Amino acid sequence: MEMLRDHNWMLSVGTFLPLLGVLLLLVVPKANEQLIKKVALFTSIATVAVGVWTLFRFDFGNAGTMQFVDEKTWIPLIKSSYYIGLDGISLPLYFLSMVITLLVVIYSLDHIPSPGNPKAFFSLMLVLQTGMAGTFIAQDLILFFVFFELVLLPMYFMIGVWGGENRQYASLKFFLYTMFGSALMLVAFLALFFKTGAESFAIPYLVEHGGALAKNVQIWIFAGMFVGFAVKVPMFPFHTWLPDAHTQAPTQGSVILAAILLKLGTYGFVRIAIPVLPEAAKAWAPYIGGLAVIGIIYGALGCLAQTDMKRLIAFSSVAHMGFVMLGISTLTSFGMTAAMFGMVAHGLITGMLFFVAGSVKERYHTLEIARLGGILKQMPHLGWILGFSSMASLGLPGLAGFWGEFPAILSAYKPAAGLNEGVFHVYMVIAALGTVLAAAYLLWLFQRVAFGEPKPEFAGHGHGHDDHAFHDVNKFEWFAWTPLLIAILVFGVVPNLMFKVLDPAVQVVLSGFKG
Amino acid sequence: MLVNQFLFLAALLFCIGVYGVIARKNAVLVLMSIELILNAVNLNFVAFALRNGNADGHTFALYIIAIAAAEVGVGLGLVLLIFRNRRTISLDDLSEMKG
Amino acid sequence: MIASSEVMNELSSGWFLEHAWLIPIIPAIGFAIIILFGKKLPMKGSEIGLISMLSSLALAGGAAMQWISRVNSGTEEQFIAPVVRTWNWWQIGGMKFTIGQSIDGLSVIVLVVVAFISTLVQLYSTEYLKGDRRYTHFFAALTLFSAGMLAMVVAEDTILFLLGWEIMGLCSFMLIGHWWEDGANSRAALKAFFTVRTGDMGLLIGISMLYFASNEWTTKELGVSGFSIRGISAWALSGEPNSRVILIAAIALFIAAIGKSGQFPLHTWLPDAMAGPTPVSSLLHSSTMVVAGVFLVSRLYPVFFTGFHILGSGGNFITIIGGITIVIAAALAFVQNDIKKVLAYSTVSQLGYMMLGLGAGAWMPAVFHIFTHAFFKACLFLGAGSISHSASHHSFDMKKDMGGLRKVMPITFTTWVISTLALCGVFPFSGFFSKDEIIDNVGHNGYQLFMIIGLIGAFMTAAYMTRATYLTFFGEARGASAGIHHDEHHDAHASAHDAHDSHDAHDAHATDHADQGPHESGWRITLPLVLLAILALGSGFLNAVPFGEKWERITKWVEPRHSEFAPELHHAPFTWSKAGLSLAIVFIGIALSWGISTMLYTRKDKRLVGLSERNRVLRAGYNLLINKYFLDVLYEKVIVKAIAGPIAAAAYWFNQNILDGILHAVARFSRVFSGWVYRNIDQRVVDGTVNNSGKATKGAGGVLAPVQSGKVSQYGALLFSAAAVAALVLVIINS
Repeated sequence: MEMLRDHNWMLSVGTFLPLLGVLLLLVVPKANEQLIKKVALFTSIATVAVGVWTLFRFDFGNAGTMQFVDEKTWIPLIKSSYYIGLDGISLPLYFLSMVITLLVVIYSLDHIPSPGNPKAFFSLMLVLQTGMAGTFIAQDLILFFVFFELVLLPMYFMIGVWGGENRQYASLKFFLYTMFGSALMLVAFLALFFKTGAESFAIPYLVEHGGALAKNVQIWIFAGMFVGFAVKVPMFPFHTWLPDAHTQAPTQGSVILAAILLKLGTYGFVRIAIPVLPEAAKAWAPYIGGLAVIGIIYGALGCLAQTDMKRLIAFSSVAHMGFVMLGISTLTSFGMTAAMFGMVAHGLITGMLFFVAGSVKERYHTLEIARLGGILKQMPHLGWILGFSSMASLGLPGLAGFWGEFPAILSAYKPAAGLNEGVFHVYMVIAALGTVLAAAYLLWLFQRVAFGEPKPEFAGHGHGHDDHAFHDVNKFEWFAWTPLLIAILVFGVVPNLMFKVLDPAVQVVLSGFKG
Repeated sequence: MLVNQFLFLAALLFCIGVYGVIARKNAVLVLMSIELILNAVNLNFVAFALRNGNADGHTFALYIIAIAAAEVGVGLGLVLLIFRNRRTISLDDLSEMKG
Repeated sequence: MIASSEVMNELSSGWFLEHAWLIPIIPAIGFAIIILFGKKLPMKGSEIGLISMLSSLALAGGAAMQWISRVNSGTEEQFIAPVVRTWNWWQIGGMKFTIGQSIDGLSVIVLVVVAFISTLVQLYSTEYLKGDRRYTHFFAALTLFSAGMLAMVVAEDTILFLLGWEIMGLCSFMLIGHWWEDGANSRAALKAFFTVRTGDMGLLIGISMLYFASNEWTTKELGVSGFSIRGISAWALSGEPNSRVILIAAIALFIAAIGKSGQFPLHTWLPDAMAGPTPVSSLLHSSTMVVAGVFLVSRLYPVFFTGFHILGSGGNFITIIGGITIVIAAALAFVQNDIKKVLAYSTVSQLGYMMLGLGAGAWMPAVFHIFTHAFFKACLFLGAGSISHSASHHSFDMKKDMGGLRKVMPITFTTWVISTLALCGVFPFSGFFSKDEIIDNVGHNGYQLFMIIGLIGAFMTAAYMTRATYLTFFGEARGASAGIHHDEHHDAHASAHDAHDSHDAHDAHATDHADQGPHESGWRITLPLVLLAILALGSGFLNAVPFGEKWERITKWVEPRHSEFAPELHHAPFTWSKAGLSLAIVFIGIALSWGISTMLYTRKDKRLVGLSERNRVLRAGYNLLINKYFLDVLYEKVIVKAIAGPIAAAAYWFNQNILDGILHAVARFSRVFSGWVYRNIDQRVVDGTVNNSGKATKGAGGVLAPVQSGKVSQYGALLFSAAAVAALVLVIINS
């Protein structure tokens, strides 16, 4: 495979810069919160700056090619190397992870969740950023695995320490579930390694040799990876950690979880499972598609049953990731590109929704839908932002959500050669039904929460009255949210900004299916 | 190859160490004796590495030196704390572990 | 491809046609400006809305003039190709897709109508919503709505079409829920959006199917993707498509049209949508947005034409739905007391006519009906708004708060009557030229049964409109119109609509008028009324079939000539005898209704008052109508409640109890199992062995206890002795 090796220091710097920030944070005294915040902010700004520079140097004409490739020996004993690179699939997610971290840091400047301790909080967040960025650039399975697991611990602590009332349960559930998946995934990686001759863990090498494996071997290896990635996505029926984790996590945790962490799973499918094991992918595709559409409907129904706003948004993730997985399961470049777009769009939109939920919680100290109401009256800006994000989330054309959802449905009409079209037609109709339900739960949420008069218990501290207990969106929130809102709109109107990057890379990933 | 001398020296050191561990009452001296024992072993390793012509023994020796340093650090830390609490480091007075 | 025997003329084009894409862009920019800076502007953003709509109107007008000259530059038989411009928009799967404009006669006529009515409604709203607390938001949403509709109309591809379609849905949600402090309004908004969205599922599926079915053909033959409307049209007529695929696609698309255009059985959202401010009802829910469904069918007509075998024998899905809608909606209009609801059902019924026409191959009359209907229906709604604004103290209840208004509101009254006559289809008002044409052509194309339904519908239309007119303008003044003020909302039915006068911002404004009693509205309200009334009267002559071919201008300009892009359609020859029959039916309807209304409402005839309570059959019918055929009960109480209630709860229960249950069970099992292992294996077997042996050695241990002296040196000595012994053993073994 052709690769570009210029400027290959950039990825390492971008990935490990946050760790440098963590080191700096460690020497800052705990009491000096201002300095801690400054260091965290500066680190994340610097990271994004490296990311922007990466964008700038990225050869968009060659988006299908691995770029900034760096290969250094790492653990020669097990033939694993420090092998990194970036192509059109990784780029949006890699960059998104940096931006989301920056926005979350900005938001946290003003919103450190109880019990405080910004030093630890920011350190974890920066470690998390390294893990996320690293996962998206790793081209070696062991490296991938290390980064993949590196993400787990900070998130565990984030939920377990800064979470809600039921945080112990939620964090443990999250941790054990993911560990369980990872264990199977590691076994699958090892099996793959030995079955391909114990030569290398490098993904390009495995892509070349994985296809030659016997079909039943492929299917078993795929099963292991499937569980590992499906837990992370999360796909029905491995999703039950998600609502708890989201509900209990602090706002920042929820945002990162929704925006980036869930994408590690789908990214794993696109980057590793499908290109390495094409035969198995074909055998598994109808089942993945089936679980995906079950997830769509099931997530939507779960949403309708919720009485808690944050939990509702969490369940909507199950439904949205269902669309992503449906796109992936078609094994066509059409569906997969849509899925990749959907991942980024979901990251932006659901991240935004969680931000709003966090701010609602901060002001009302509750997320019970029945107790909320009239947000638009008390905080018009917050209410309209919620409305905008809901509209984006339900896939309104012209906003980013549409471009993940509609092409995914479209792609199900014509899955890859060799898959049963009839089955996928049924999936298509069910997925389309999912869009109706999405409209139902999101608008119902919006109607109950934002419209109407504020409930008596909260009335009287409203906007425009003498008591200013409820302040509308403040400047930290504006800083953190505006980029997301703009991105949702811009990607909705000019989807090609992302499609043109994704498309060639997806073509390369799927090259094993041609012929 | 004159391995014997090394081995004799090591054995001597080892014995001195054992004697120190058993006979001395002062905790610091006991720690020093343990160092002697470890270094005796190191000497053996190095000697045999020399004889066999490969680096395994050196590796072990280096490893042991590192661990020994850590061990002494912890040991001295313990002794220091014991001294602070008990105003003594005589091992005869420290028999809380009596069964 | 095109039959080369014809003489082909070079078609003229022009700047306005080439730049028609600006028509939706301008209001979209206007929307952004209003949202961002509207509150700081001197007129709170309304001026931006008005300016952008006027610019769009000017551009649309220019495009219309140039389109006419383009038509004239072609021959009589020649297909007038649309003016197409495309840009790359997105790429996926290695293919590039375009966004762009495709302007033909249909686009031009709808563009003009939408831009024109939007402009008038915005002008009207500056007066009607004066002092409203969300005045700026209102204009923003109104402007965005126009942008969406115009984008849909100029769309070259189905994706842009979908974009415009959904933006309209969104704006409709925002505008119906404009006074969202009241729960009823926000529920109506939700219902409207949700019902339409249910239909949109069909649009998504239809577009997907058409794309995949046609893409290969269109790429090869025309070099456009399977999203291109032209491409799909040509493909549908090429004889290429599989009949089953195109039938399913047509059904799917038609379901979307049913949702958007309020056709049976998804019409229930439209009357509820009247909760929005009256200008919204006028623009969105009568004259423009709801015709989007009709527009969809007329835009992708070849798909429906082939899919449903239009002009084949018997009825088809479109005609059946259209026919049912005409009658059931008209019947519902009889039992409404709310003037806006009468008009809403009338809209549903008229949309049924358009669908019927399209379904029966009467493409041109249906499109012409879009044109004329927009004017007179907008006029009627704005008239209703004028009454509530200036006479009935924000009430829309005809029985309670209106009556006898013809003297105090002469302009409103005159325009109302003109529009009513147009709606009823009386010669020479515009409705006659469009509606009668539909009925005539439906019969001509062999759909006799549906022609009769159309005539029945015409009768009913005449009757309910006469009733509404009588109640509003004749008889004695009642309620607010007579100067009686309601202090409280004593009527739940009315409260949904005049709820807004409880808001503080509106109150000041409401009291201004309350003291003056009923009066005529200001010029910003009456000017749109007069303009619309003139068009309601005159627009029919643009396509006056009875006067001969020379008068059929719209047909010439708009109807696509038969070609690879358009099916061959025929027109019914006009005869005065048929027209006379339908006119007679209309007059009978008016007279009958007038008579009954006079007896019932003014003279309070004993035989008629309360008849529906005495007669069992009538009572059953009345109940059926007042409950809207129980469809709302089915949707809200049964389907929605089931999904949002038990089904969602069941799914969630499944989640919490089964999936999480399994998880917890696994966790509990592992804990129990590990506990068991610990207790039985570790403690009993392993430890048991240890303990037993321990018991045995305990005695010995007691003896050895002093060894455990706690002295480090002793331990050391023991350790080394043991090591020495072990070393000895080793040496012995090895030697």
